[in-house]
Order: sequence, then structure tokens, then C-alpha cells
Amino acid sequence: MDRRHFLRAMTVAGCSAAAHPFLTSVTLAQGPDLGENRLIVVILRGAMDGLDVVQPVGDPDFALLRPNLPISTLMLNGPFALHPALAGLQGLWRAGQLGFVHATSTPYRDKRSHFDGQSLLEAGTGMDVPIGSQRDGWLNRMLQSLPGLSAETAYAVGREALPLLEGKGPSRSWTPEINLMLSAQSRSLLDHIYHNDTLFREAGTEAMELSSELSGREARKPTAPPPDRPFAQGENRPWPDIDSLVDFAAGRLTNATRIAAFSLAGWDTHRGQAGAIARPLSRLQRIILRMQAQLGPQIWGRTTLIAMTEFGRTARQNGTNGTDHGTGGVMVLAGGALRGGAVLGPWPGLSETALYDRRDLMPTSDVRAWAAWSMRGLFGLDRSVLESSVFPGLDMGNDPKLIL
Amino acid sequence: MIDVPTLAAFRFGYGLPHPKTALTPATMLAGLIGQDVMAQRHPTLGFNAALPLTARAIETRKMARSNPIDNSAAKAALRDVTFANEAEIRAQFARALDATDGFRERLTAFWADHFTTKARSRVEALLPGTLITDAIRPHLTGRFEDMLIAATLHPAMLAYLDQSASTGPMSPIGKRRNRGLNENLARELMELHSLGVGAGYAQADVRQMAMLLTGLSTTPRGVFVFDPDRAEPGAEVILGKAYGGKGLAPIKAALTDLARRPETAAHIARKLAVHFVSDQPNPDLIAKMTAAYLKNDGALLAVYEAMLNHPAAWVPRQMKARQPAEYVLAALRALGISGKGLRHMARGPFTRLILRPMGVMGQSWQQPIGPDGWAESAEAWITPQGLGARITWAMDVPGRLVTPLPDPVAFARRALGPAADERLLWAVARAESKREGLGLVLASPAFNRR
Repeated sequence: MDRRHFLRAMTVAGCSAAAHPFLTSVTLAQGPDLGENRLIVVILRGAMDGLDVVQPVGDPDFALLRPNLPISTLMLNGPFALHPALAGLQGLWRAGQLGFVHATSTPYRDKRSHFDGQSLLEAGTGMDVPIGSQRDGWLNRMLQSLPGLSAETAYAVGREALPLLEGKGPSRSWTPEINLMLSAQSRSLLDHIYHNDTLFREAGTEAMELSSELSGREARKPTAPPPDRPFAQGENRPWPDIDSLVDFAAGRLTNATRIAAFSLAGWDTHRGQAGAIARPLSRLQRIILRMQAQLGPQIWGRTTLIAMTEFGRTARQNGTNGTDHGTGGVMVLAGGALRGGAVLGPWPGLSETALYDRRDLMPTSDVRAWAAWSMRGLFGLDRSVLESSVFPGLDMGNDPKLIL
Repeated sequence: MIDVPTLAAFRFGYGLPHPKTALTPATMLAGLIGQDVMAQRHPTLGFNAALPLTARAIETRKMARSNPIDNSAAKAALRDVTFANEAEIRAQFARALDATDGFRERLTAFWADHFTTKARSRVEALLPGTLITDAIRPHLTGRFEDMLIAATLHPAMLAYLDQSASTGPMSPIGKRRNRGLNENLARELMELHSLGVGAGYAQADVRQMAMLLTGLSTTPRGVFVFDPDRAEPGAEVILGKAYGGKGLAPIKAALTDLARRPETAAHIARKLAVHFVSDQPNPDLIAKMTAAYLKNDGALLAVYEAMLNHPAAWVPRQMKARQPAEYVLAALRALGISGKGLRHMARGPFTRLILRPMGVMGQSWQQPIGPDGWAESAEAWITPQGLGARITWAMDVPGRLVTPLPDPVAFARRALGPAADERLLWAVARAESKREGLGLVLASPAFNRR
């Protein structure tokens, strides 16, 4: 019996207000697990402009479409250059620990609503399922496909609920800002009060268990950068909100946790994009570099981070030096377990006829396929499970051999 | 069984204690028609009243950029804006604490969320509040089209959704300075504010709407203007209808038409029912509210009346979860803290005990993630971290606000009335301290749901 089910059973059985002796420090043997590899999923809310992050500077149409947006000179491979706000990731690129998928998207088309786009991205379904009707997220369904996993296996980190990891599969959800200290009596009385309300019982049990488990843990200290490179720009300045999330996630991932997920907002750059996109990009860079530092070389070597967004933005700059909602975009991949150093995905070009709806980058791949191959490479999941229950109806196509 | 007055206080207000006369749909509607007593007792700034503060912050920021050696004026102006905005937030909160039935305050919060705006920088911190004062509160019981027009043309909206920068590509300024469209407001206007994303509009309609909205702009100080030199010439066709002519008239005509469409009626009716009654509202409730909307040209009072007079609105089961701000305000109200008390609280405690905890519960005040505002479903709020933050607050904060603390069982009855169930009362009586007993009440499903 896994820990969370055990705890649920305990709260159901423990109808009386008697304190549950097992609730405070249960340690059960781990059941089946995912092995030693780690997956981190970052949901980029607000539609990241893939054409600005990985700029197709070698495509003759690019500069014409965006005369007022700065052009990068940090060449990757092929026609592509990296946005300067991610310059600190060049070392990872050279080490083969950073990669991108260009011109990719979910199956979402045409309405270009952030909120429907994000629902579909996290549900992992196709357009055949009404948006918003899916009750669980694809990362949770991945966990459901492996019965007997411990709840500790997967964490959603941050203040907001993360639909990506919601569902019947065992997972946890927490933000390191909370320091809940309860007496044994209060705790047992709360169990009693929450007993008949499933939502409160499950959330409350987990909150109380997590806070007693996590209390007294030592805050992880920021580690020095790897000796072979200097600090990247901005790397050594404090960025408390994301640092605390990354440190918490890294702390879990160095223990029994194998999957961590969180979200990063701020990508909706309708206006003055040159300035507006630099901030979320710096934060994304910070997440990747700090995660690498906090995990240490051994665990980072078994880790893959994938960052995905609801859709890309218009190929043309708009009338206010920004971009509007589009279709095809970019997925970011990083980690020591990644076979990186490449911009993947067929490049559709940017000529007027090559664009989707004559305005957006044409998607040439389904972002879910790359996520599916990552999970297959990291955890050995069956292709049939990925194509039927995790991403129902997906055709994963050929193996891109993403994972080392 | 929870009675109607208690349900009314929870579902449509900021909770108990009860007012002197028992709440019924009739008293609640009468309260809406009557004088806006709370706005008089706790006034808030409209755009024009806030303008001197905002404009000074904008102008001194500009000066500081050209002369970075002395930025003291900019700092002082920014501090004034920050303090003033904090006072505005307190005034909004104070109304929730003092209102007789709280329905007007909850409706204000609902519409403020429907027309979410966010300050793009600290200099503009006062803007979202001024939209509520100017565009929401005066139109709360009027026709939706008036609120839609007022909110769409408000400087806070024009700034937040980038309309103030959008320019018709063939307009004089568009041609001379090579400027063009920004689709942001046009899309959210149709998707979020009126028709709803499920309605049958297309990208071409969004584009045409963006063309039509050109000309809506703001001066460097942020004041609304219609700038004909930015307006795209010619007529635009939206959902099959052409809007031509000069100035604001075609824009107002299009907004009015949007407001009167059946998709908008259904979207608004559904959203109100989801917010107030249930995450899965009764279809007949929505149908009745939609019909009332259409029959009365979008008169919102008629829509509220249809909601309050429908039996589905009075199902005695608490189905929704209070959002964090609502939760904290309901707790303060139950603890007997008055609007005046809240407004006189020192800055440090106000931030530490009220505002910051709301953020950890998942609702950073005035900082929603996107223009769709705050989540509705109970599952979005009652997460391990969300509930953990509420329990922490419930156990810790009341004792710092109220001395001496009331008896926990008496407090349970005051805060919950007939919603205090046996299981809860049994547990509260067994708490080891008053502090923990009160914490149990405030952490209970009965108090967190409505």
C-alpha cells in the first residue's frame, strides 16, 4: 500500500478524534518506482514567443517580419540563434544539455485563447475532447499508468493549483512558504472536522503530513557554480520567489521524488516585447541554472527539464513592437540526461504561404509527442500507454532519441 | 439544515453575523436599489481623483530617467501612490466588513474580476481600483452594456490590455510612424468580457474589432482620449455587421450589440451562477437568468432577481469554496473587526497579517495571473498548500487581532449560525486553547465553503 493511500485509509478509519499514532512519522518501504531518472515540467503561461527565443535568423523572411525586434547573434545550429537573455545557458548548449523543439504546438487551433490553450496543454488531449471537460492532467495520467507509486514520486510546486498534475494518480502539491505548526491535539481535531468532506480531508491530511515531514529541514544553500564556468549574468543575485521553489523542488528530487512540475507566467508580450520578454527569460534561465547547481552533477545527469507553452505568437511583429497570439512555438529542453545541442523539429519556413493562417508559425509537430518520448526515454513507459491513456489519440511518430 | 438568511449571508455576502432584519431575496434586492451607504462611508478614488498622484509619479519617473543622480522626487511620488493604493484596498475591504448584507460588495468583486485589470508598473498601482470606482460600482444594477462601455473605455483597461498603443495601420499616425494593431483588448473583449470563448466568432472578427477599437487611447498622463489620427479609416465588419462613421459612436454601437447578443447573456448568466451558487450550476437557473437578461436588455438587477428567486440558488448545501480574500474578510467580520478598525491598522500588521497571507493562500490581491481573473472551482483553492495556508492563518492571526479571544464555541455559533455542525462543535469544545479552538472554526469546511 502506498503512503498516500495508507494515509487516506487511516483518516477514513480514524473517525474518532483519537490521535493517529501512525500519522506523524510513517515510513513505509517504497513500492514500485520510476527508477533513478528525474523529469521536471515547467508550464510557461501566457504564450512564449518561440520565434524570439530561438530566432531563425538565417531564414530570409525573419528580419522582414520583425524589423523592430532585436536580432540575436548567439548562434545555435542551422539558421537559429538564442535570445541574449538566455546567454547564460550557452555552456549547457555546448555540453549537449540544452535543446529546443521549434514549430511545435498542442492540437489547439484558431481561437487563440490563453485559457483554453493552457487547459488543453495540461489536459494533454486532442481537439476531439471538449476543452475543460478533462478532469485530470497528462502528467497525472502517466502516474496512474504505474499502479503502486508513492505519492512522494511527483510534486506540483508553487501557490497555484497545477491542473497538469491533478487527478487520481498519487502526487503531492506544496509551496515551501507555508510553515504550519500544529499541536497533536489540533491535528487530530482537524482530522475529525474534515472527515466528511473529501476535498478538505485529502488536502488537509496532505498539508498536515507534509508540514510535519518538512519542518526542521535545512534550507538548501545555494551552491557555487560549476568550476568550469563563471557566473552567468544575474545568476548570483537573489530572486527569492523562484529560488525558493527551485530549492524546494531540488530538495525533493534529491530524495524519493522523480517528477516535479511548476509554472512560470509573464510571456504575454503584446507590446514592447524587447523589454517584456527579457524578464521571464531571465527567470527561466535562473530556474535551469539553479536547478543544475542544486541537484549536483550526479542527479542533474539523470534529469530532463521540459518547458512548454500554450501556443506561440504571430510571425509578424504587431503595431506596438510586440506580438499577438499565434500557433506554432518552441519547447525548451534541458538536463544532463538530455541528448541536447540541437534545435529539433522540421522547420516550415516563414514565407507568407508557409505560415499558418498567413500569420502564425506553422506547427510541424505535436508538443505532446516530445513530452511522450521524454517520458519513454526516462521511465521506459510503453508507447501504447503513452498513445492511449497519457495522451489519448496521439501518434508519437519516430523516436527522436531525446534521452541519453 | 442551513436556513435562508444564513445561506444568504454566506453565498451572497461576506458571512455572519446576521444583520438586524433577516435576509431574504427581497431585502437583498432592496438593498441594491437603495443608497450606496458603503461607498459613502468608505469612499474610493476614481480616475480623476487619483490623477494628480499618478501623473506626478509618471512625470517624476521620466525626470529621474533623464537625470539619474537625483531620483528623490520620483521615489517620493511612488511612495505616495503606494500608500494611497493601500488606503484604497483598505477602503474596499472595509466595505465588506461593515455592509449589512454584503451582496453589493460581492457583486462589485465579481464584476471587478470579470473586468480584471492589473497595474503594469507600481506607478500605475491606483488604476485597477479606479476602474472599479468609475465603471463597476455605478453600473452594478444597470444595463450590462453601460458597464461594458465604461470598462472598455477606462484608462486602466486601455493600459492593461495594450489598447492605448494600438494604431490603425492606415490611420495618419499608423502611416506616418509605421505603427499598427495590437489585438489584445479586442480578443479579451469578445472572449472574456462579452460573448465567451465558446461563441461563434473567428480570428477575422477579432481582427476587425481591433481595427474598430483604434483611436481609443490615453495621453502621456494616462487620461482617456479618442485620437482620430490613430483610428483606422473605413467601416469594420464584426459578426456580419458593418460599423462605420467617425469617433466613439461606432465603437459604442459595436459594444452595445455585443452586450445584447444571446451568447453574451448566456455567458454572463452562467458566470454569475458559477460564482455565487455552484461550480456546476443548475441548467434551469442559467436559463432563467439568461432569459431575464434578454427580456430586460441586459438590465443586471433583473438577472440578479432571477438568480435570487430561483430555488437552485438556495440549495442548503455549501458547494463553493470562499476565495482567499473573501475568506479572510469573512473571518475579520466574524471576529468583530470593523471597517474603521481595519483602516486604522498600522501598515506592518496590515501587510503581514492580511495581505501577504492572502497571497500564500493563492490570491495575491490586485495581482491575478491573467485577464481571466481568479479561479472559481473549489478544487483550485482547497489544495494542500492553499488549505495549509488557511489553517496557518486561522491558528495564528486572530489572536494577534483580537484580545481577549472569544469563547470558541460561542464564536462558532456567531460565525456559522446553523451551519455549525455537531462534528465541528464537538471538536471545538475539545481544543486545548481558545486560540486553537478559534482556529478550528476558521479552518473548518463549514466556514470555508459557501
